[in-house]
Amino acid sequence: MTVARIERCLARCRSEGRPALVIYLTIGDPSVEDSLACARAALAAGADVLELGVPFSDPSADGPVIAAASHRAIASGGSLARALDVAAELRRESDAPLVLFSYVNPVLAAGEAALPTRAIAAGVDGLLVVDLPPEEGQRLRAAADAAELAIIPLVAPTTSEARQLEVARGARGFLYYVSVAGVTGSADAPLARAAQSAAALAARVGLPVVVGFGIDTPDKARQVASAGVDGVVVGSAVVAAIAAAGDRAGRVAAVTKLVSALRAAL
Amino acid sequence: MKPSMDPPRPGYFGQFGGRFVAETLVPALEELTHALATIVPSAEFQAEWRGLLEHYVGRPTPLSRAHRLAHALDPEGDTIAELWLKREDLCHTGAHKINNALGQVLLAKQLGKRRIIAETGAGQHGVATATAAAVLGLPCEVYMGALDVERQAPNVARMRLLGARVIPVQSGARTLKDAMNEALRDWVTHVAHTHYCVGSAAGPHPYPTLVSELQRVIGDEARQQLLAQSGQLPDVVVACIGGGSNAIGMFRAFMDDPVALVGVEAAGEGLDTSRHAATITAGTVGVLHGAKTRVLSDADGQILQAHSISAGLDYPGVGPEHAALAQSGRARYLTATDDEAVAAAHLVAREEGLLIALETAHAFARLGSVARDFGAERGRPVRIAVCLSGRGDKDLATLMERGSS
Repeated sequence: MTVARIERCLARCRSEGRPALVIYLTIGDPSVEDSLACARAALAAGADVLELGVPFSDPSADGPVIAAASHRAIASGGSLARALDVAAELRRESDAPLVLFSYVNPVLAAGEAALPTRAIAAGVDGLLVVDLPPEEGQRLRAAADAAELAIIPLVAPTTSEARQLEVARGARGFLYYVSVAGVTGSADAPLARAAQSAAALAARVGLPVVVGFGIDTPDKARQVASAGVDGVVVGSAVVAAIAAAGDRAGRVAAVTKLVSALRAAL
Repeated sequence: MKPSMDPPRPGYFGQFGGRFVAETLVPALEELTHALATIVPSAEFQAEWRGLLEHYVGRPTPLSRAHRLAHALDPEGDTIAELWLKREDLCHTGAHKINNALGQVLLAKQLGKRRIIAETGAGQHGVATATAAAVLGLPCEVYMGALDVERQAPNVARMRLLGARVIPVQSGARTLKDAMNEALRDWVTHVAHTHYCVGSAAGPHPYPTLVSELQRVIGDEARQQLLAQSGQLPDVVVACIGGGSNAIGMFRAFMDDPVALVGVEAAGEGLDTSRHAATITAGTVGVLHGAKTRVLSDADGQILQAHSISAGLDYPGVGPEHAALAQSGRARYLTATDDEAVAAAHLVAREEGLLIALETAHAFARLGSVARDFGAERGRPVRIAVCLSGRGDKDLATLMERGSS
């Protein structure tokens, strides 16, 4: 399983002629129980991959929507450990790939050497650390490789072609292409250009590439999908839908509605 | 903590430093690293920057002998032989921050950047950056925690008068760390044409090296002045530490001398409370704002809120070079509480006629105990040089409120 679970899922989506739908949730916003319920709803509504967001006190790569969710999640007890608990619950019920999405300091606190084994035991398949470029991630990569946990590198529009190859070297699972030089939830991401760049990147490095940042509607998801990318990530829109609902039933309904519409567009 | 077995890498000080940032920023940091190696040492850059330091900032700043303060701290003359003050308060804008701001804005212009952003805590770096941007003709926006906007009102007014836009940051604790998060968000969004003028010797590589390179003028001058005025090197050099830019600027010149280096962190309401900013003394190894360093962090890896009466020290991280100097033992790090800093500011005002910043006052608060400890170690009264990093006009309201102790 593990890396293999991601590869198998992306291959299945490709055989269905569509990109994988990757849904991001901040674990603990507004409570860990709500996150679990929303994650189940997302899977039931057609999400192929879940990104379980570990809340961090200083989310400097996130826009206001996910930053606020992160602060709410910490206040309600959200953490890397609780994200692993949620993963373990989901893994009992689902074979969907689960990717932990974190900043590096919670990873260091958990221990770079220890975390991959713990994550795999909880049913996590991949780990994406937003502020850990490959140069700084060697130790984590070694432990992750040994545990068969995929480390998902990020490629940005500012990344040169030469550096793209460096970033992709030894990567497993998929690459995450950031659509815009900016933070999550950017309204004006140049998605058409980003999708083309992502498709070209996939061809250049021979790895699946998913596109994220700024995809907040079914129309935009369809636009990105049309370039032939391997996956589209929707994060801030999901988090905003959860934040706008008044209770757990409302949150589950909002996630179900948004994810169903996104999936129908692909 | 066991030392890293890895070979030293560029951008690292022992196990500390590095470049822990979103991929989007990596090329800009590489560009800046290249500029640090090529443009900064160039004759043209040095001539223009040093010219500004001399004719605009007013460097070299004086080195003053503090007879009365020395006597007040050590009436018997048992522990202090000489006490010298490096007068960064006499820099244009009132603190050492201008040395770095002018250098970085100049560098940004050479890199073709069209816009300057900065974070600020006490407002000193914000004022310095707004000043540098004004004199060098670039637009400037300064992120400042909303709480700091309230407690440092005079500096907010100064920045606005200088033509900068001050953006109050409402997230988190609404202080320096949150301002830096917001500045990073701005930078990642406008990285192609914007230079982020980091104010302390913190942040991702190459900032800690760049800032210490632009601040080492403090120690280089002080060392020369001490040799000329005292006839010898000091036994101890003392500076306050938030991120640590005045301290590293002061320390650098004495690194290879038999001179003890002492940094003083903010102990806020006390190390036995959670309300302090003593990152080296009471922190753990972690990553904040792009560098691996010592941070105030909980078991989950969440960064904790720091507290200090001085907005400039109210930061839960520290420059990575200081973390390394603490680990190697080359520098010693002490702490002073809010109350001790306030008392020191009052004492220095009365004894020397100098109104010092509350940040700076932390260094002064430890002078008595530093003299006793090093006097005992050396078996004779010691010569001390302290960095008077900034003036205290901005802290008038706090000082009046807290009264004299």
